[in-house]
Amino acid sequence: MGPLRPCLFFYLFLRGDLVAKPSTDTWDKEFSPWNDPDEKPLIRFKNVTKKFGDFVAIDDLTLDIYTREFFALLGPSGCGKTTMMRMLAGFESVTEGTIELAGQNIADVPPNQRAVNMMFQSYALFPHLSIYDNIAFGLKRDKLPKDKIDARVAEMLKLVRLEKFARRKPHQISGGQRQRVALARSLAKGPKLLLLDEPLGALDKKLRQDTQFELMDIQETTGTTFVIVTHDQEEAMTVASRVAVMDEGRIIQVATPGGIYEGPNSVYVADFIGDVNIITGTAKAAGESKYYVDWGVNQAPILATSERPFSDGQECHLAIRPEKISITKEKPEEAENAVQGKVLDIAYLGNLSTYHVELPGGQIIKAQTANTRRLSRRNITWEDPVWIRWNATAGVLLAE
Amino acid sequence: MKRLSPFNITSLTLGFAFLYLPMILLVIYSFNSSKLVTVWAGFSTKWYGELLRDEAFLDAALVTIKVAVMSSALATVLGTMAAYVLVNGGRFFGRTLFSGMIYAPLVMPEVITGLSLLLLFIGIGMDRGVLTIVLAHTTFAMCYVSVVVSSRLVSFDRSLEEAALDLGCNRFDAFRLVTLPIIAPAVISGWLLAFTLSLDDLVIASFVSGPSSTTLPIKIWSSVRLGVSPEINALSTMMIGIVTIGVITASLVSKRKSLNAQKDAQAAERAA
Repeated sequence: MGPLRPCLFFYLFLRGDLVAKPSTDTWDKEFSPWNDPDEKPLIRFKNVTKKFGDFVAIDDLTLDIYTREFFALLGPSGCGKTTMMRMLAGFESVTEGTIELAGQNIADVPPNQRAVNMMFQSYALFPHLSIYDNIAFGLKRDKLPKDKIDARVAEMLKLVRLEKFARRKPHQISGGQRQRVALARSLAKGPKLLLLDEPLGALDKKLRQDTQFELMDIQETTGTTFVIVTHDQEEAMTVASRVAVMDEGRIIQVATPGGIYEGPNSVYVADFIGDVNIITGTAKAAGESKYYVDWGVNQAPILATSERPFSDGQECHLAIRPEKISITKEKPEEAENAVQGKVLDIAYLGNLSTYHVELPGGQIIKAQTANTRRLSRRNITWEDPVWIRWNATAGVLLAE
Repeated sequence: MKRLSPFNITSLTLGFAFLYLPMILLVIYSFNSSKLVTVWAGFSTKWYGELLRDEAFLDAALVTIKVAVMSSALATVLGTMAAYVLVNGGRFFGRTLFSGMIYAPLVMPEVITGLSLLLLFIGIGMDRGVLTIVLAHTTFAMCYVSVVVSSRLVSFDRSLEEAALDLGCNRFDAFRLVTLPIIAPAVISGWLLAFTLSLDDLVIASFVSGPSSTTLPIKIWSSVRLGVSPEINALSTMMIGIVTIGVITASLVSKRKSLNAQKDAQAAERAA
């Protein structure tokens, strides 16, 4: 094992388990107005409640969104994310509470007088107008002179690379092009805030990925604040500066993509974003910010760190991402947590392999390894007895 | 080309004969030089000439067209408004009742509609004339318009209107600039329907028309009661001609439109 030892060490170093993690609050050093107490939010939801009859769509929600943010509302369908967006656009009224845009209550401002534009999920391009006229539509309502409208439309067409299609009608261009026209139309008036309702939902996967980066570029070039509604967690993680995970009319957590992924505040969020192993047990103090988790009969307790305090005997859930768990055939030496199990399933994804390991208690733990080498001999196969190990800092200890 | 079986040929012939034999006879006899309708006495267009010199017929035709233009325009506006409110107005109190009631005149016997309108006009002391016919025709044509328009509005994407509001339109502008152009085909066909209904209405018009306002159908009906004259045949032939030209034009236009749409779709595919 002698010569292997440094290699293993270096590998662990690369994976970052041994390196002190930056606290999730300082994840994004360049742009984080939400950490600046002097920064005024562009949008402020104050105890907003929205009811449709007896149904509570938004439940006492408070949220600040800052200028130049790319903010994602993420949640399953029916969680109230679209209602929030429609309240910002002015298509739904607020039952209780206030929404402020740049310090002003916008409850009584009709949609046509808000400095907010929306890109619709169906794109809502006007089928009887050409691409040019679609983009010029909002500018014409402002009674701008013709040469100004021409210049602005040309600028927008250039931004979305559709100069050649100005004279076409919406049904004469492809789906991806329509999506870009919708974006150009909603940006043409230079809104303070752009709302995007599932903007990439109708595109196929490859095009969607390209368009995500395009959206980010455009957001940076124009400096507009974007609020995007999506149910696709990958999309939210890719484009957003901050993500709000919603469920049943409430915001469960607001954080940067990194913060959401590495530091979820609940099992719901951990489970909603990416893949996760949840081990349920009871906590027992084991030194400063360290706890033992008793999780199964005849199992050694798991050592985990947590900033949140837990009392002895409190029920807790340890959330560990599969890529934070390594898998070996031999019993690892000096591991903080190591458990033996049996390989139940192997999912080979090309770049990654995920092993489903069944522990003696019946619990199944997913462990993921990157296939960094081509043609590497996979020495672990089905039904093999294996050891899985992870560090005390690898998981997040959650109360609920 | 597929050859038709004898059975198909027979049914086709019978069907079309049933539909068109009366009209063909009418057209043929309109060119009859004899005054007797049923006796063929050689080809002539003299009845067309007589018709154009007959002031009573010309007056009636003028009244009919006036009534049809005015009532169809009015019915289109009212019917479109009604359809818009019933489809887009949300769930207001009594909506189901209203949407049921707007269709009731469709199934109401015309005699009853005519009679009730007559009673109304007498009740409020309105002299019967062109105006009363226009009002009566508007009443029953607007429900046809509203049926046609609301069936289009049901499939209309509401987010288009929201997009217009979002881009700075008020509600009226959103309707005028976005909704109306898109539902225009339905509005136009509603108008056409209202126009034709008004053109050939006999029952309601005969209830509410006054002595100075005889429409063409009333005129034809009353002169036929005195005996069918070849002039009537000529008039009917002209009407058939006008309707035929209208129908053929409409179908050519819509065919060209669908061809263009096909071309556009192909162009979009190439562009993608």
